[in-house]
Amino acid sequence: MDNVIAYMPSILQGTTITVAVALCSVVLAVIMGLLGAWGKLSDSLAANKICEAYTTLVRGVPELVLMLLLFYGGQQLLNDFGHATGLWGYIEINHFTAGVFTIGFIYGAYMTETFRGAYLAIPRGQVEAGVACGMSGPLVFRRIIWPQLVRYALPSFGNNWLVLLKATALVSVLGLHELVWESFTAGRSTRQLFTFFLITLLIYLVLTAISDVLLRWLDRKYSLGVRRA
Amino acid sequence: MAEERAPSLFEAIREFSADSSPLDFMVILDHWDLFLTGIWNTLTLVVLALVIGGAISLPLAVIRARKTAIANQIVFVYVYVFRGTPLLVQLYLIYYGMGQFEAVRESFLWPFLRDAWWCTLLAFTLNTAAYTTEIFRGAIEAVPFGEVEAAKACGMSKMQQTTRILLPNALRRALPMYSNEVIFMLHGSVVASTVTIVDILGAGRTINGKYYLAYEGFIAAAVLFMILVFFITRAFKVWEKHWHAHLRPRDLSGEKAGAGRSAQPAPAE
Repeated sequence: MDNVIAYMPSILQGTTITVAVALCSVVLAVIMGLLGAWGKLSDSLAANKICEAYTTLVRGVPELVLMLLLFYGGQQLLNDFGHATGLWGYIEINHFTAGVFTIGFIYGAYMTETFRGAYLAIPRGQVEAGVACGMSGPLVFRRIIWPQLVRYALPSFGNNWLVLLKATALVSVLGLHELVWESFTAGRSTRQLFTFFLITLLIYLVLTAISDVLLRWLDRKYSLGVRRA
Repeated sequence: MAEERAPSLFEAIREFSADSSPLDFMVILDHWDLFLTGIWNTLTLVVLALVIGGAISLPLAVIRARKTAIANQIVFVYVYVFRGTPLLVQLYLIYYGMGQFEAVRESFLWPFLRDAWWCTLLAFTLNTAAYTTEIFRGAIEAVPFGEVEAAKACGMSKMQQTTRILLPNALRRALPMYSNEVIFMLHGSVVASTVTIVDILGAGRTINGKYYLAYEGFIAAAVLFMILVFFITRAFKVWEKHWHAHLRPRDLSGEKAGAGRSAQPAPAE
């Protein structure tokens, strides 16, 4: 018990890093997802193909494989490029940035499908009605598409968020000092790995429980005016 | 230059691979046996976990769907814990954590719990059983009540209702969701490489570590996973076609009205 109290600050610090990684990467994933959905729905054949390749490749390969590939390979690529062009010398991407970029990039592919599906669920007639009323494109988007896009995307977004949150544990393999890494260190030096991983497990449970509550609240907020059976 | 002995095609390829090609693919080909071991380990772990986990999840799903007293709550907590936490932490808890207890170290289970392979199998099984329980529960609850009622009216016992009506129906409905779970399990299985197991990713990491490479091993692993996922999706498409034959809207253009199988209306999803 004394050990647990002694290591609690570092565990909590790890938790904040885990949460920070998750939040930053979900923002990136949403941006990637919106861009991807836009590309998939656009009339441009090139954009279709690129986004199709992005989602197929990313969703076909395990997260950890992509993470390691992007972390080590991406670093190598950046340095090779810098060396070849002479634009920059040796750079080392820090673990936090690497983690956020890889998780954001990976879950962007899942978000692409989320937003694409949500967009397709909006009845076309509503958009046409908006145009017929003389609304401009952005206005149609803001008043008609966006509120419903959020509503239809929320359940799937929630699933993705929960999977993403759990995927942050994998960043410990890259060496980022987040929750799992901190518990590993604490457990190893006190020879109480079970205790510390149990704490980690409970912290993840609390995080998912909080997310559940928030997602349900958001769902209620965005489903106002929808009749439920 | 003409005097120089022309290098054999094989040597030329090797040289190109090592010096000119951005990826040294020959390194991968030289270690094909390592990757074969990796594929074998990944597949055995995933398949065993899916089979055992699936067998465990069936009764648990029935308990959840029937809302059996007390057991329902216990299963709920189990499912919630395993679905709400990362597989990596579950694996670490079992592999690194169990040795903390004197009692475990002295028990007859220690030879298994000390071994990374068995720990991984245990973690994977518990994990997939939790997800599959939830999938099957949803599927069981989606079975129209009328069918169960009809079974009751025919005088079937509770057990017969479950094995004859509820499960065959529910398992078919669960197929698309279950195919997702299989792919998630395959993807999740790469965490085995973090506890010294040479799975597909483990093979890639070994190569990269040995030759100080940045891409080759990981790209080979990624390609192998893509291939596996491709085959799994294909297999499930075939199975779905077979098991969901009764749910497909009937194509009447090819056959004469009244001919063929009895005209059974497709139940609405």
